Order: sequence, then structure tokens, then C-alpha cells
Amino acid sequence: MNEFGERLAQYREEIITSILETGAMLGWSLLAAVLIGLPVGTGMYLARRGGPKERGWLYAGLNGFVNVVRSVPFLLFVVALIPFTRWAVGTSFGTTAAAVPLSFVAIALYARWAEQTLVEVPQATVELADSLGASTWQLVTRFLYPEARSGLVLSLTTVTISMISYSTIMGVVGGGGVGDFAIRYGYQRYEYDIMYVTIAVIVVLVMLIQAFGTRLSMALDHRSR
Amino acid sequence: MIEFDQVNKTFTQRSATGRGKTVQALHDISLSIDEAEIFGVVGESGSGKSTLLRLINALEAPSSGVVRVNGVDLAALRPAEKRLQRRRIGMIFQQFNLLANKTVAANVALPLSLHRGMPGTKSRGAAETKGRGAPRERALEMLDFVNMGAHAAKHPAQLSGGEKQRVAIARALVNEPDILLCDEPTSSLDSQHTDEVMATLLRVRQEMDTSIVVVSHELEVIRGACDRAAILESGRLTGVVDIAAPEARERFNSYSERARRYLEGGQE
Repeated sequence: MNEFGERLAQYREEIITSILETGAMLGWSLLAAVLIGLPVGTGMYLARRGGPKERGWLYAGLNGFVNVVRSVPFLLFVVALIPFTRWAVGTSFGTTAAAVPLSFVAIALYARWAEQTLVEVPQATVELADSLGASTWQLVTRFLYPEARSGLVLSLTTVTISMISYSTIMGVVGGGGVGDFAIRYGYQRYEYDIMYVTIAVIVVLVMLIQAFGTRLSMALDHRSR
Repeated sequence: MIEFDQVNKTFTQRSATGRGKTVQALHDISLSIDEAEIFGVVGESGSGKSTLLRLINALEAPSSGVVRVNGVDLAALRPAEKRLQRRRIGMIFQQFNLLANKTVAANVALPLSLHRGMPGTKSRGAAETKGRGAPRERALEMLDFVNMGAHAAKHPAQLSGGEKQRVAIARALVNEPDILLCDEPTSSLDSQHTDEVMATLLRVRQEMDTSIVVVSHELEVIRGACDRAAILESGRLTGVVDIAAPEARERFNSYSERARRYLEGGQE
């Protein structure tokens, strides 16, 4: 135990660095999810067949993008995206480069979640907005988002947790992070105890994020009280 | 004030196979509704009465014929103008359509926040619209009008059906519309709450110069509140009748009092 404690102390800095790297990858991809994924999902909701602003071509485009990103196996997607990543951030290696494919996946995941959450908003809400003479922008910002906010928070929580999972393989392009740390020490150097500790850290992290998301979502939801 | 001139409305129902089927909801409707009138539209479900109502605020467009509100042909308006027009027409719904995540006061203030800074809307005066607190004060004023002032900080889920509908009336009136459209306003309510809501609508007519159009399948409600009523059957207007004032109804203070009187053979 003492020897284990010593090794843990020895890796302390590396563990902290890897947690920060995971944080950076999550931060960038979630930022992309909210700034791009939410508008994409909203666009799919509005443009879908029978939606408030039906536009077949727009829906087909956005829906196609989301389907393609979600269906390519992630490891292949990371590699296939390398030319784009290099063009976009100037390098294909490191934490910043890793954030690019992660952002694509986060955008696609959250877009789909947001679309589904908005579909759950009662049609009466759209009818009300129409009867009050709301513009499309007002329909979205004053009616749909406020009514869907607890669902949007819950689905962002789910996306966050998925992104932790995706981020663990970013070691392949030098992205680092806790997953990469666990693989390097656990799988490649046979220090299983270190790997299990890392996995426990990830589990705790996921539980904390889920608890926070659930609480926030409940606080925002007044539908039944 | 509101004129229907040979209005037809057809819908294309899209089936799962994508094949369209045409359904005629309204046949050749001509009628006019006067200023400050409470006008009823009765008919069984599927008779086209809700469609008729939704033509007035351009939520639906006529397939042929013209609907004029204050002399304006709604179909000729561009989308932005149509939105402006709708802001001068209040509407309440069978299911109240309150936003669940906003407080009662915020629900009532909502139309004001949509319309701020819009040209052409009936303004409450520059000084009043400029102050940040003004929409809220105006909302509270309207809540007092419908006797819901004490509930301003609650959320809709904490209210009864009748209370929700009164909040919806306050919201519909907060912009001082010329016209108030009521789509089955009491059909989800028990009789006690129906009376409360109808009494509120009568006060609206007394105290504001608002024309009110009430669509309902409940004849009792239409007779109790309206001056005239159109009768629709399968999308055709079968007549417009002047409503004879019903005998004064006994007022009951409680459900059990009313139930006892009714069950013992009296008029409800």
C-alpha cells in the first residue's frame, strides 16, 4: 500500500495534467455542442416535415450531416478528419487537435438530442406563439427554449458524459487526458492499480456530472408544480 | 369589424403514404361581426368552427373568398404585417396554453415583451413602455382585472383550470386588442369554473371596447354570454340568430348547493 501511495504521489502531476487535458477537450466540445449543435438541432426541429417552418432541403442537409457524423466509427472519424483538423487548427496532434473531431461528434449528438427534446414541447406552445404574432426567432427564444429547458439540460448532461467516453481514445492523436493516462500505465506498463484508480476517478466524475445535471434540470422544470 | 365574404377553406390531409386527400372545412361562409359585440359560433366537433376562428387572426388562410378585419384583407398582408395584425387580436384556447415554466405574471407580460419596440402596435405611451418595470406593472394590472392578482408569483401547474383560463384572458388582453377570440374557452372546465370564466368575459365587454368571438359546442355558454350566434353544420353556415336573454340564472356559492338544487329538479 505504501509503495502504491508513493507511485501515486509520483504520478500526481501527470494525473493533474491529464485531468486538465480532459477538461479542455470536454470544454471545447461542449462549447461547440451549445453554440453549433443547439442551433442545428433547432433548425432540424423547425424545418422537419410538419414543423413550424417546413423546409425539406434544409432538413435533409442537417439531418444528413448528423447521421454521417454519428455513423462513422469514432476512431476512423478521428483519422479521416486529420486533414481538416490540420487545416482548422494548424496541427493534427495534441489536445487542441483532439478537440476538433470531438466537437464534431458533440455537435451531432446534441443536435439530435435538442431536436428530440423540442419535438416534445406541446404543439399548443407553437400555436400560442403564432397567435401572439411571434417571429421565428421569438418562437425559439421566448417559447420553445424556456419550455424545453429542463430537457435541454438533461440531454447536454448525457452528451457531456458521452464526450468523456469519446475523449478517452484521443491518445491516438496525442490528445492526452485521463483515458490516455489509464491506457498508458494500465495497459502498456501493467500498472493495473493505477488504471483502476483512474477508472474510479472517471466514474466519480460521471456521477457528479449526472447529479448536477439532474438537479439543475429539476430546478428549471415547473411543469408539474 | 370582421367580415367573411364567400369564404371557402379546404385542407389537404397527408396520409402516411404521402397521398393527399382534400377535405372541405368551410363552404361559402359570409357573415359580419360588429364592434363590441359578443358573437358566438356553435356547431358539433368537426363542423369547422375552430377553422372559422383561426381565419380571423390569419392562423389559417382562406382557400377562396376574403376575410377582412377592420377593412384589411388578411390574405394580402406580408408575413411581418400579418404578425402585427395578430398582435391586435387576443386569443384564448381550450387548453389555456400557458407556458409551464413561466410564472403567472411572466405569462401575462409575455405579449408585451414580444411587441416592445415594434412599430404599429398599440402603444401604452412612450413613458410607460420605456420603463423596465412597465410590462410587469401592466401584467399585474390585468391580473387584478381577472381577480388573479394574488397568484402572480405562482406557476400554472399550481392553478385550477378556471384560474388558468382567467390568466390566459389577462394575457390575451394585456395589449388592449380590438378583438378577443375564444376557442372552446370553457370546454375543459367544470360548471363552477365555466361561470367564473364567462363572468370575466362579460366584464371584458363591459369595461373594454373589445369584440369577442366565442366558439363553443356548449349551447348554454353561448346563450349565457353572446348577443348573436352563427350555427355551423358540416362547414356550412345554417343561420345567424339573435340570442334571447335567458332567464336570470340562480347563482350558487358552492358546487354542493348547485348540485342539490339541480338534482332536486330545479334549473342548473
